Order: sequence, then C-alpha cells, then structure tokens
Amino acid sequence: MIARGEAVAAVLARAGEALVVTANGWISREAHAAGDRDGNFYMLGSMGLASSIGLGVALTNPQRRVVVLDGDGNLLMALGTLAMVADQQPPNFVHVVLDNEIYGSTGGQRSLSAGVDLDEVARAAGYASVWRIGELSELDDALAAQGPVFVLIKVAPVAQGTAPRVPLAPAAIAARFRAAVEV
Amino acid sequence: MSVAPELVPASLLDLLLEQRFDFFTGVPDSTLTSVLNELEARSDLRYVPAVSENVAVGLATGAWLGGARPALLMQNTGLALAAHPLATLTSICRIPLLLVVGWRGHDADAPEHDFIGPATQPLLEALRIPFFVPDAETLPNDLADAVATMDSSRGVAALVIRPGVLA
Repeated sequence: MIARGEAVAAVLARAGEALVVTANGWISREAHAAGDRDGNFYMLGSMGLASSIGLGVALTNPQRRVVVLDGDGNLLMALGTLAMVADQQPPNFVHVVLDNEIYGSTGGQRSLSAGVDLDEVARAAGYASVWRIGELSELDDALAAQGPVFVLIKVAPVAQGTAPRVPLAPAAIAARFRAAVEV
Repeated sequence: MSVAPELVPASLLDLLLEQRFDFFTGVPDSTLTSVLNELEARSDLRYVPAVSENVAVGLATGAWLGGARPALLMQNTGLALAAHPLATLTSICRIPLLLVVGWRGHDADAPEHDFIGPATQPLLEALRIPFFVPDAETLPNDLADAVATMDSSRGVAALVIRPGVLA
C-alpha cells in the first residue's frame, strides 16, 4: 500500500509552478520535509479548511494551477466545500485527498471514511474530473486534467510519521505565499 | 413624507467597494439581506457563497493569499462556528479580513437568537477582534475605522450590524 509520505512527495514532485495548500498535521509536515518552497501554504490549524483556502487561491489566480493536499478527516470535517468547488468550477483547481481512514496526528482514531467512497461523493457533487488511483505514476495524467479535479489516493493506515513540525512562523508562511503569488 | 438626502442610509456595498474590497463571501443573514441581494445581482463583482461561516473564513483567507482583498458577511450565530479558524488560521497567519456581522438577538428576537445576542460582544473580545457597531449615520465612518484597523493591525476587524441599520 502507498505510504502517505510517498504520496505527498509524488504530488509535490509533479507540482511544477503550481501553488500548493496542505492540510494540517502530518500532510503539512511531510510536504515541508519533501521540499520547502514559497508557493506552499502549510495549514497548521483550522482543520477542514485546506480545500476552501485552496479554492480561494484558485479563484483569485485563474492562470495558476492550485493543488490542495487534503486528508480524509479534513475533507469530512467540511464536506460542503465540495459543493462550493462544484458551483465555481475552477478549471485550475486540483484536490488530492490522501485517505488513510484515520486521524493520524491524534493516534489513529477512525475518521469514518472507510465506509464512504469519497471519490464518488466528489463526482456526485460535480467535480469535472475524478480519479481514484492505486499507482502514483497515474498522478501524471490526473494532475494535468481539466479541473476541478478530484484525486483519491488510499494510503496506508499508519498514524505516525517522522517529519518534524514545520519550523516556520505561520505569518511568515502566509506572507511569503502571497508574495510568491504576485511574482 | 420626504426624507432629507443626508439621512438616506448609504449602500453598504458601495462603501465596501470604495474601501477597495474585491472578493466577497459569506453565509446569508436577514440583517444583511439588502447587501447580499445586491452582491448576488452584480455580475461584475465576485461573491462566492459559502456553505458555512468557518469555510467562508477559509475561502476568504485563500483569496487574500491569492492577492485579493476579502470581506465576509455572516450572522453572529456563524461567528461561533467561525471561531475555530479565527483562532487557528487568520489570527496566527495575520490575515487582513473584514467581517460584516449581523447582530441577531441584540433586541427582542426569535428564541434561537436570545443567547447569542448578548454573547456576541464577549465572543469578539475573546477572539481579540476589534469591532465597530454603526448607526445608519455613522456607517461610513465606522466602516472606514474598521478597515483602517484591519489594515494597520494586519488582522481581522468586524463591523457589527444591528437590525434596521441598513436600508
């Protein structure tokens, strides 16, 4: 089974010039460890809102690709965001969900995604392109699709990781991201 | 009966546009119906409806990160829902954001507003959000003060609108 950290690194390796928003917890940690860049917004708190933050970036920057690295617990916490994405239909918006079916950062409690096909939820909401991938090489096509794109990657249900906390001040993460957008 | 022109309440939307806001989101509130309907009718403006007030804070934060100047309209009941990202996102990331909050339960109101009405001011204070409560006549000045506070502190500021203040 794909490891969460592998999936994070594989998406970022294909991000190119895209702006990237990462969900709190291990996803932000592993994204930072995979290669820090100004165009990464590491969400540290506000669980559930990586998708809406990414949507706001995508709507204000239609010329830039925007990739959200989300988790199953995050998505379920603000599931209605799928309807907002579908309503706005941003073609530059790519929503990647790493689904390990647990709350990893708090010790592995069930997230309730085991019984819900999140890709089918996104399809029903109205995403233009929906992928459920079992091999990371499939990311090449998925990330290049016309958006809004939804990519579900089932990853291993391992709670803990090894990446350190993101060693940046939250205000600095925000300020440099906005500056990177203006380039 | 005629009304003197200077007493006609200004359009809040016009005032917001004068303050250069260019991205609007929120969740409807009957206190703010006039400005929300004006926003929805204006195809030249970007109003992105949100499903909840916490998600609206996320969206507005993304809009600011993306280079915009966002304003968020909501009911004070939604302030409680938005407390999570106001405490763990906009606060720590220093996101300039204007909240326009309808103050239900300020006076006699429906039972579901009775509790949140008096809790509104303490809630804003607990979240360390500077706020302004205009009358119809002070709306332009109070908005200008809220925006100046938002810009100078690089943070969230709120304009809290009681029923009857807007046209």
